[in-house]
Amino acid sequence: MDRQWRTYETYRSPFDPCAPRPKTYIVPPNQYYVMQPKGLRQFAPREALKRGTLWPDLYSPYERAHREGVADGEDGS
Amino acid sequence: MWIYEKKLQYPVRVSKCDPRLAKFLIEQYGGADGELAAALRYLNQRYSIPDKVIGLLTDIGTEEFAHLEMIATMVYKLTKDATPEQLRDAGLGDHFADHSWALFYHNAAGNPFTVTYIQAKGDPIADLYEDIAAEEKARATYQWLIDMTDDVDIQDGLKFLREREVIHSLRFREAVEILKEHQGQKRYF
Repeated sequence: MDRQWRTYETYRSPFDPCAPRPKTYIVPPNQYYVMQPKGLRQFAPREALKRGTLWPDLYSPYERAHREGVADGEDGS
Repeated sequence: MWIYEKKLQYPVRVSKCDPRLAKFLIEQYGGADGELAAALRYLNQRYSIPDKVIGLLTDIGTEEFAHLEMIATMVYKLTKDATPEQLRDAGLGDHFADHSWALFYHNAAGNPFTVTYIQAKGDPIADLYEDIAAEEKARATYQWLIDMTDDVDIQDGLKFLREREVIHSLRFREAVEILKEHQGQKRYF
């Protein structure tokens, strides 16, 4: 699982009607900053425009596959 | 005063004929956590907040209109060549009866946009925390929209917009810090 994702367990009844699915959520990297420090690494300009941020440390890839618990995707680092 | 650049902030490409997705995307157009709500919220809060963070609200509020334009382009491309029957089958019959192919500011469930979605408390900390929450909710909305399409080109645009929410949220947190710091300074009158 991508390092920005978290998983949690839920109670499952033997009478639940649907097959269980993974319970996950994403914690984007902005949650670990109060004030962005100076001198963080930068993407090249064209790469930054594509990703929506200049800062690899603040890049949050989102793929539905990650929610489903599929192996690591690109994490921008 | 604004200067308009006749281009999108990020290119919008739609490669799958899927008018049903337009019904979902409209959430970010006229929904509670959508781009219109964000733009109006930030640009209005500017007048009752310390000078130090007015520029940030102006910049982000302006960018939200650029995002609104991207969402509008996606919706337009997904619906412009659909027949009334296709729109009806895509769940857009209610929309078509009132608006035909026009866009309208409502959410995915058809509720019209209302300014009751937003607040301006005049308390800088309270207002900035609402802004942080709005960015995180918009980020989540983009996640659910990405989950509901397999069009990689639409996903590409939505991922860009989602990342902008991540950055905006941090900028509002920084604005809170700037205002907290101000409290600690010695002030002379």
